[in-house]
Amino acid sequence: MDLDIDPESAIFRDEVRAWLADNVPRRGLPSMDTAEGFAAHREWEAQLADARLSVVTWPAEYTGRDASLLQWLLFEEEYYAAGAPGRVGQNGIFMLAPTLFAHGTAEQRDRILPAMARGEQVWAQAWSEPEAGSDIAALRSRAVRTRGGWLVSGQKTWSSRAAFADRAFGLFRSDPDSERHHGLTYLMLDLRADGVTVRPIPQLDGEPGFAELFFDEVFVPDEDVIGRPGDGWRVAMTTANNERGLSLRSPGRFLASADRLVRLWGERGEPVATAARVADAWIDTRAYQLYTYGTATRLADGERLGPESSVNKLAWSGVDVELHETALDVLGADGELASPWVDGYLFSLAGPIYGGTDQIQRNTIAERVLGLPREERR
Amino acid sequence: MRFALSPEQRDFAAALDELLAGSDTPGVAREWADRRCEPGRKLWRDLADLGVWGLLVPEDLGGAGAEPADAVVALEACGYHAVPGPVVETAVVAPRLLGGDELAGVAAGESMATVAIPPEVPRALDADVADVVLRLDGESVTRVPSDVDPGGRVPSIDAARGLFPVPEHGVPLGAARPHAVEFGVLGVSAQLVGAARRMLGMATEYAMQRRQYGRPVGQYQAVKHLLADVTVRLEMARPLVDGAAVTLASSLDPPGADVPGAGAAAIVRDTSAAKVAATRAALLAARTSLQVHGAIGYTAEHDLGLWLTKVRALAGAWGTADAHRGRVLTAVRGGHGG
Repeated sequence: MDLDIDPESAIFRDEVRAWLADNVPRRGLPSMDTAEGFAAHREWEAQLADARLSVVTWPAEYTGRDASLLQWLLFEEEYYAAGAPGRVGQNGIFMLAPTLFAHGTAEQRDRILPAMARGEQVWAQAWSEPEAGSDIAALRSRAVRTRGGWLVSGQKTWSSRAAFADRAFGLFRSDPDSERHHGLTYLMLDLRADGVTVRPIPQLDGEPGFAELFFDEVFVPDEDVIGRPGDGWRVAMTTANNERGLSLRSPGRFLASADRLVRLWGERGEPVATAARVADAWIDTRAYQLYTYGTATRLADGERLGPESSVNKLAWSGVDVELHETALDVLGADGELASPWVDGYLFSLAGPIYGGTDQIQRNTIAERVLGLPREERR
Repeated sequence: MRFALSPEQRDFAAALDELLAGSDTPGVAREWADRRCEPGRKLWRDLADLGVWGLLVPEDLGGAGAEPADAVVALEACGYHAVPGPVVETAVVAPRLLGGDELAGVAAGESMATVAIPPEVPRALDADVADVVLRLDGESVTRVPSDVDPGGRVPSIDAARGLFPVPEHGVPLGAARPHAVEFGVLGVSAQLVGAARRMLGMATEYAMQRRQYGRPVGQYQAVKHLLADVTVRLEMARPLVDGAAVTLASSLDPPGADVPGAGAAAIVRDTSAAKVAATRAALLAARTSLQVHGAIGYTAEHDLGLWLTKVRALAGAWGTADAHRGRVLTAVRGGHGG
């Protein structure tokens, strides 16, 4: 058992560190949930892509570096330690791209991935509906067969990045007689197409980080179907636990926050009242880092990520809230003042909700890790 | 990087589990509590046959010269099965304090060793049964007479733990090897993780068989979510314990080599973080397991109490979680922020 970084990975890490030191914008970028900030984040994605650092785990033919999972973890640690901007292309890079690698055609990959890697096309997710949140299989938005493609109608909501994104991906009911997870099709849509209405929804911070999407007979060509029509659930689920996806959230961002928290606590004179919580937040972050190294080792050995990805999700979503709540308490009466800690706090509060709520994850752990009996459900 | 148990370590864990699962360790622990120690001694001899007490003893003294991570495997198994006796003291601390024939005796399973390290470890565990009773003050090791007066036993919440004050006079043995306390902290953390895993397993099993309102209580989300939370705490504690073992391994002087090991601050940081997380996981597992069992778990007859009382005792042993939080913060503030 060791925690040694192999020479090749160390060279890669050093290159990333040096590049970031030279290129990360000193003053940060405006919020990606504003028109100006969105454009600035797009430019940043292009800058990353020029250095072949935007999608390091992808194959070289798609401007990646075939980086190992460990190298990706190191990349992320460096990325957030350097205070680099959030990734506006995240939905596409971590959710759609793995699906395309697993189920897409070569034509789809060639057409979509290069533009995604450069931030020229930014993708929003279109999973949730007003009546289908955690219970995604209850979705009702439909796709009706037409010549050369599908006509999509219905409503999606809580669609992250959709206020300014170019395209969206999600599941639609293509068999009107089907129920639950049957008869669904995985589609990619153009958010500028006729029949699409995007209604931005201001979030807790007042900015439109997500949006409602209304579709009125929007034409989606056959070339934008991933996998077989009717097979969408399987297509979506095979990458839902993707090791590089959002369920295995890299610890980099939390490690950077933990170090900043310890520094903040020091600058504030090491207040005794918050000492234990600062220590716990740092320890929990370190635990998540080491846990992820363990997962990376097992995946490198050819094991697959199973229901334990729910352990992962609960751990990081909890750590993120813990870090930021603690920082605001260290700040005391100044905690309410606008600051990156406040931004990070509001951001962290979404973690226990999206991608399967904490409660859904607890059910999964209880039933599929511990083996407790399933609850009666439809 | 390979941050997972090796196939050999998994085999070792399985062999320990097989031995201990077939040894009625709860019964042995109950007898040990009443100072009928022969079944316990027999268990210790069986563990000696698997090499447990010689893991961290150099090969020229009959040990395995193994890594701290191997000792973690062994002590987690001891925690899981509630093996009584000074397991941490003998398996991971004695090799930092003893040498020569005395250490060879430990490796061979002929000597059970215990130690007091005031103030963190004010009393020696099972000094009345141990063959070698030690005292560590700063860096200096003293061997005190092992003919301890059984009447001097101080009762512990864990009936299996016989605690004894240790006199200051004795035979000086010289200086301890570095990080003796941190090895103890690592060992007790592994023991706590094992105990937590056992209590989670007991609660899960019980939740599947116990029926109320016409269905297993484990079908209710209220129960499921409690057990899921313990699972997460446990899964997050284990890597910290393994990580501390890796850090300590890099501090060990390789024979004949002059390689600088991990810094003292990193060792303190990582062992203390392990103790904090293992303690939190074990205390949560204990409370949750008791709650899931209900009244039956509160009885002396039920085995849950063996683990529940042990983890409460171990929570304060080798430094409290709060003391270790302070050590983590000091180390991290010094710029060793991992």
